[in-house]
Amino acid sequence: MQSLVLFIVVVMLCNAVAVLLLKDFLAALAAFSVVSLGLSVLFVILRAPDVAMTEAAIGAGLSSLLFALSLRRLGLWRMKG
Amino acid sequence: MRRLSSALFLLGLGLLIAAIFQTMEFASVAPIAGQAINAVAAEQVGAANFVTSVVLAYRGFDTLLELTILFTAATAGGLVLGKPRAGASHDPDSGFILRAGADLFFPLLLVVGLYIILHGHLTPGGGFQGGVILASAFFIPILARPSTTMDHRRISMIEGFAGASFILIGLLAMLGGKEFLTPLLARGELGALLSAGSLPLLYIAVGLKVGSELAGLLAQLSETEASD
Amino acid sequence: MDTGLIIYTAAFGLILIGSTGIVLSTHLLRIIFGIALLEAGANLLLLLATFREGSSAPIIVDGRIPAAMADPVPQALVLTAIVIGVGILALALSLALRVQRAYGTLDIREVRQRLEQDIADEAGIELSSSSDAPHAVVSRQDGPA
Repeated sequence: MQSLVLFIVVVMLCNAVAVLLLKDFLAALAAFSVVSLGLSVLFVILRAPDVAMTEAAIGAGLSSLLFALSLRRLGLWRMKG
Repeated sequence: MRRLSSALFLLGLGLLIAAIFQTMEFASVAPIAGQAINAVAAEQVGAANFVTSVVLAYRGFDTLLELTILFTAATAGGLVLGKPRAGASHDPDSGFILRAGADLFFPLLLVVGLYIILHGHLTPGGGFQGGVILASAFFIPILARPSTTMDHRRISMIEGFAGASFILIGLLAMLGGKEFLTPLLARGELGALLSAGSLPLLYIAVGLKVGSELAGLLAQLSETEASD
Repeated sequence: MDTGLIIYTAAFGLILIGSTGIVLSTHLLRIIFGIALLEAGANLLLLLATFREGSSAPIIVDGRIPAAMADPVPQALVLTAIVIGVGILALALSLALRVQRAYGTLDIREVRQRLEQDIADEAGIELSSSSDAPHAVVSRQDGPA
């Protein structure tokens, strides 16, 4: 159990750093979704199923959809730097 | 100059966090209110899900004000985005897989969203989670076929009606001389679908409001003018 | 280290990474990503407040009441906070779209310069060479307008 939590936390923190460092915004969005997903699993481990369901639906679902629509409207969909 | 001051600020923030980490013992906060609520929530409210009873019964005002915050954010977003662009309804349709998938997903998402909203007081879930699923259910057909525009008037009417009914349910309790948001229905037995006072009604109102609000916001974001 | 301490470190790490993103970025969209990360870290920290090993979720299943249940109050607070976070994100993205439409760029240094130029033009005064120097005071007429 402890090694599983350690693995999830390390993956989450690496992806959080990658959100700020990646040049392509679509890749940064994918890394942000991974952070949200890891957070949702951590919420289940912390005995909060309600919060985990909310974070999975909103963080990995609606938030990423909002970002993707804005990237499309801003013209940052292709790799431009 | 600006980079130097920013780096100094971050260094200070990091040191502050490290100091808090050292001095504040982990798991030293005593859950006084939580234990008191856990002891009496089953008899007082009658909902099997204690988080629902905290959100709607013990802290009902906070949920009402949160709906106001969400409404303000969505309205301000719509105001900032402006009118839809001219060619929005002439975008090409997506490929066959997306269209077929959207047709399959729409009834499934509708059923799952309504189930989660209705069983909010029995299982993990409730108005907010089910509302988000309903919003995606209403937005996916527009993603697949951009020629079908969303009827913004009807969505706004559903949202306004759902928000008003939350306040109406609270005000109806005052007709009998009791306080705001006193339960209207009977408490029922623990674990039945119709139980826990007016909690199912309140969560239906919350779910419909959140769902229609977010669907309208997503539709506005996809129809707004591009900047190029 | 037990699981509580590991997640404690993760929450502080997310807060620090989010703050770094907000303070040191030059692209408006990266600042918005930083805001979202900061919120995620803060929600995790809030939920950790009353975590005890060996407790179970605060739900009654099939009429059996568990012995030690987790605290439902921070969970209700975090539920609200996550939904408000998505509202903030929607408004921030709408404003970013508007900035792009008005100024053509999302680099905040350029946007800040053009904004100050626009404000100086509207007020009718000169833009001073250093952006940190105080501007000239414009004399106003007092009395009924």
